[in-house]
Amino acid sequence: MSLTAVEIHNLTVTYDRRPVLWDIDFSLPAGHLIGVVGPNGSGKTTLLKSIMQLIPSSSGYIRLFDQPLEEVRHRISYVPQRESVDWDFPVSVRQVVRMGRYRRGNLLRRLSAQDKALADHAIEQVGMTAFADRQISQLSGGQQQRVFIARSLAQEADLYFMDEPFAGVDAASEDAILKLLSSMKEAGKTVVIVHHDLQTARSFFDWMVLLNTRLIKAGVTKEVFTSQNLQEAYGGQLTILSQVSDLVQEKDFPIREKQYRDKP
Amino acid sequence: MEAFCFILTGSFVALSCGLLGVFLILRKMAMVGDAISHAVLPGIVLAYLVSESRDTIPMLLGAAAVGVLTTLLIEWLYSKARLQMDASIGITFTWLFAIGIILISLYTGQVDLDQDCVLYGEIAYVPLDLWILPNGKMLGPGPVWITGGGFLLILGLVIFGFRGFEITTFNPEYAAAIGISTVFWHYLLMSAVSITTVISFESVGAILVVAFLIVPPATAYLLTDKLQHMLWLTALFGVLSAFFGYYLAVAIDGSIAGAMSVVAGIFLTLALLLSPKGGVLRKQKIPSRTVG
Ligand SMILES: Nc1ncnc2c1ncn2[C@@H]1O[C@H](COP(=O)(O)OP(=O)(O)OP(=O)(O)O)[C@@H](O)[C@H]1O
Ligand SMILES: [Mg+2]
Repeated sequence: MSLTAVEIHNLTVTYDRRPVLWDIDFSLPAGHLIGVVGPNGSGKTTLLKSIMQLIPSSSGYIRLFDQPLEEVRHRISYVPQRESVDWDFPVSVRQVVRMGRYRRGNLLRRLSAQDKALADHAIEQVGMTAFADRQISQLSGGQQQRVFIARSLAQEADLYFMDEPFAGVDAASEDAILKLLSSMKEAGKTVVIVHHDLQTARSFFDWMVLLNTRLIKAGVTKEVFTSQNLQEAYGGQLTILSQVSDLVQEKDFPIREKQYRDKP
Repeated sequence: MEAFCFILTGSFVALSCGLLGVFLILRKMAMVGDAISHAVLPGIVLAYLVSESRDTIPMLLGAAAVGVLTTLLIEWLYSKARLQMDASIGITFTWLFAIGIILISLYTGQVDLDQDCVLYGEIAYVPLDLWILPNGKMLGPGPVWITGGGFLLILGLVIFGFRGFEITTFNPEYAAAIGISTVFWHYLLMSAVSITTVISFESVGAILVVAFLIVPPATAYLLTDKLQHMLWLTALFGVLSAFFGYYLAVAIDGSIAGAMSVVAGIFLTLALLLSPKGGVLRKQKIPSRTVG
């Protein structure tokens, strides 16, 4: 399990000469569920986008499975923030998930029967089969999120980057998605997730990247999730901090994890 | 025979414009289509002056080049000069269109074009503009051939490029992440719009081009929530607009291009009233999407 999935060196990204990510340096091991956590505007989305080369970086280099992105693109899946698309677009759930099978090389051809079967299987995995022919605007926020995850699953990648897949998702969907992610991890996949909710972050992820323009800390959750690190990341935001220090001081894991564990 | 020529030419234009218009509307770029259809004018005039003929090929190249230039200018004003999108569009196309008008007025006499022709077209002359082979064989009206050829080109583009346009329109970030060039598909669409405009403008004029780019796709958008169906419905409404528009023009003895636009508008109104999405009572997205 010493394989490195993501390796980032001296990454700096600026918008209008204002640094949004500053001298980021870390590596992530393969086969883990990894949370990227930090306050609003701390550069989490920017980090994923620069890994996927959707925005230019000022300096630094990024390697995935010890290769540049271009060499391993077919092994990488990216789930953008839900807000990145117009949900009134005239497509059905099935059509969106089938996009997971599109490649630069097969764009001009029709999808094969195997591609279509893979897409249907992905829809089944996220429990959306009953909604497969619905237009995507007729879905709840959590269901839309699952459609994005299904499209990502259909890609059959090894490394997944997901931007806030839990945003606007109720507890039941959250559990379902988390189960799915855990089973992906069991299958040896690496899943990197931008996550907002500190309350749940600790129980969801076994690895964490704590970010606030600079890298605060990357490592196993236990080492990252300390009140000192959190204070450094969220410094000044007192209400959050007091909640968090309560969390950190708890000896056992938070209640949510227990619920999850106790599920059959 | 004459009626058939008018309707055929109108339908070819409606089909080419409508198929591209579907993607323009879904990209919230309907006004960019409008802008391009006006802005290609200087390209056409320059091509005309350089090649000293009304040949189709130089005009197509000139227009495609200016069409892409228009898109580049709009994007530059928007992202680098930090103007709003609608302001960027407005500045770009009025400016380019004005240059075209100045060029025409400077070279009147040398250029067999005028503003009226550009805006309203000369569809009434379609049956007169006959193509005759050197051996004397009659090919029929030139505009029918030109717009027909344009239609085949666009049809091929939409059939083969369907998935590319679909994914880069729906979720450009995702498309880029899997290695598909969103820039390539963007400029492919813009060039296609430019070329279609040039192919169409001589016979039907810029106004009908804009109407066909926007109105039938907007009508179809109201009636379906599947992209394929939207393309089919757009084609249907385009052809019906050309057909009934022609007979409306005959009945009122008015402008053919104008009548075709009016009929397209009538279909849109009907769709607004009868849309299965709930008609006028549903939250309507039409104004902001197509004219915004
Ligand atoms: N296109 C852009 N142009 C200019 N600045 C931007 C742009 N996108 C993001 N920023 C800025 O970069 C910083 C980081 O943004 P980013 O979206 O990466 O944060 P985030 O951690 O994902 O925040 P959130 O938790 O709210 O999603 C913010 O201060 C934001 O204002
Ligand atoms: Mg974000």
